[in-house]
Amino acid sequence: MTTILEARNLKVIRGGSLLVDVPDLAIFEGETLSLIGPNGAGKTTLLQALSFLTKPSGGEILFRGQAVGTNHRALEYRRRLAMVFQEPLLFDTTVFENVASGPKIRRLGAEAIRKAVAEQLNRFGISHLRDRSARTLSGGEAQRTSLARAFAIQPEILFLDEPFASLDPPTREAIIVDLGKAIAETGTTTAIATHDRNEALRLSDRIAMMDGGRIVQIGSPSDVMNRPVDELVAAFVGIETILHGLVREKQEGSILVDVDGSEIEVAGDLEAGTSVILCIRPENVTLSLSPPASPTSVRNVFPGRIRRITPLGLVVKVEIACGFPLVAYVTGNAAEDLNLREGNEVTAQFKATSIHLCQKKSACKT
Amino acid sequence: MDIIVEGIRQAFILLFTFDPEVLGITWFSLKVSGTATFISLFLGMSVGTVVALTQFPGRRLVVTLINTGMGLPPVVVGLFVTIFLWRNGPFGILEILYTPTAMIIAQAIIATPIVMGISLAAIQHLPRKLRLQILALGATRLQMTMILIREARLPLLAAVMAGFGGVISEVGASIMVGGNIKGYTRVLTTATVMETSRGNFDIAIALSIILLLFAYLINLVLTTIQQRERPR
Repeated sequence: MTTILEARNLKVIRGGSLLVDVPDLAIFEGETLSLIGPNGAGKTTLLQALSFLTKPSGGEILFRGQAVGTNHRALEYRRRLAMVFQEPLLFDTTVFENVASGPKIRRLGAEAIRKAVAEQLNRFGISHLRDRSARTLSGGEAQRTSLARAFAIQPEILFLDEPFASLDPPTREAIIVDLGKAIAETGTTTAIATHDRNEALRLSDRIAMMDGGRIVQIGSPSDVMNRPVDELVAAFVGIETILHGLVREKQEGSILVDVDGSEIEVAGDLEAGTSVILCIRPENVTLSLSPPASPTSVRNVFPGRIRRITPLGLVVKVEIACGFPLVAYVTGNAAEDLNLREGNEVTAQFKATSIHLCQKKSACKT
Repeated sequence: MDIIVEGIRQAFILLFTFDPEVLGITWFSLKVSGTATFISLFLGMSVGTVVALTQFPGRRLVVTLINTGMGLPPVVVGLFVTIFLWRNGPFGILEILYTPTAMIIAQAIIATPIVMGISLAAIQHLPRKLRLQILALGATRLQMTMILIREARLPLLAAVMAGFGGVISEVGASIMVGGNIKGYTRVLTTATVMETSRGNFDIAIALSIILLLFAYLINLVLTTIQQRERPR
């Protein structure tokens, strides 16, 4: 894989506080990298530093191996990238003129501009809005225009800063599909900042989790989702049950972990006495009304009482007290079949292999 | 009451018969105030844009001074321009006191802070991220400034109108540095003052109607601009 953009010891300091501190980040040609993290994690600032719209306070940015820094280089670099913000930030003119603005700044010929604009209007399904004033567009149409404007300059790298955050769900859905297609068709390297992990999952080849200006974990979506490095990442990627425990006993291929007096079997290999964090995804917990009659392969069977039931659209979130707090997702139908009610007794099960282990503030294992 | 009714009747007769004196004064007023506004447009817009787009120590003070300048009393401007152009003043050698040139200078001094202040606000009022977006489209600093000015064109037009409105209706400076010389430096406002003091209410009312018409047209344009929305 060729590295297209590289950041070394990148720091952004504003008003005395360190907003971004990234010792090393490489973006590969053709990939889509998502920066996820809570608000204030530094995603936007990192994107602006990577695109050189904000001058970094320290470190360097290498685009195709060449350092971007001097004014001339910065302009040359800016002419090879594109950026789309949360707000469409359209100019007060027609849709055509908006999409044509990048090529016009580059002083392309009229015919080349017309062709580039037509292609992108078509790609984002807004050809019929060509002569409309940007002032009259809906939120979705405006963001499509903004995306078309970005693609019209055929960027070598595309930065997207929360591009869907102010759109309603159906509009967002449609635009994500079209954007995904546009990225795939053009093979454009893309870096996207989002606080929505589902958006990140759908669009990315790699995900970088940010917190406090630092990248705390970077890897494939399944890596980050299933094998978070610490509690914070775990909570952000939707792991609802995070338990602190102590390895009591090492067995063949698995360990027994003591959590508040309950014994949980976890696939893994750690010495007794090690402090660990257990991450259990709510989808991996199954519920039944009574304990299984015959022995099953599942060792972790815990009877408990339902503390709270929260409908979440397609699934129902069930919080159980079974010696430790545990969260399970069941489908609406299953919840009805099992007649789940707050205060009822229920049995929860999960496999030893479905638990992800973190040692406190260090490397993790499954 | 008769004075008013008769005055208005006479005024309309003067207006609709295209009285050469009224017409001449109107045309001259437009020329002086138009030229002054044009000069203030250059000075005001360029300085206003630069101040809006740059950060420097003492910027707050500069902005405060510009805003104060927007309310510069015309008589004070008239006084200082008179002193500077007085025969033994610093620019007395030019011998332009009591000429249209002196009036244009005084009016430009009045209009410039108005245009500057509104331009500054107009450019500053554009979303901050718009600048980043323009840079991300590959613009040089000059290209960015031109695009921002284009984006703020309506409020900038408002600045021009406000500047023009300010000078066409002022009387203090014009009378002090122009002297209200018939057929030479007499404008709508100075003529109105004079005709009123003479009791010639018909002409005074006719001139006032023209001034009101300008005020109305300017405000019509300003209101239309204010009611427009920015694109998303």
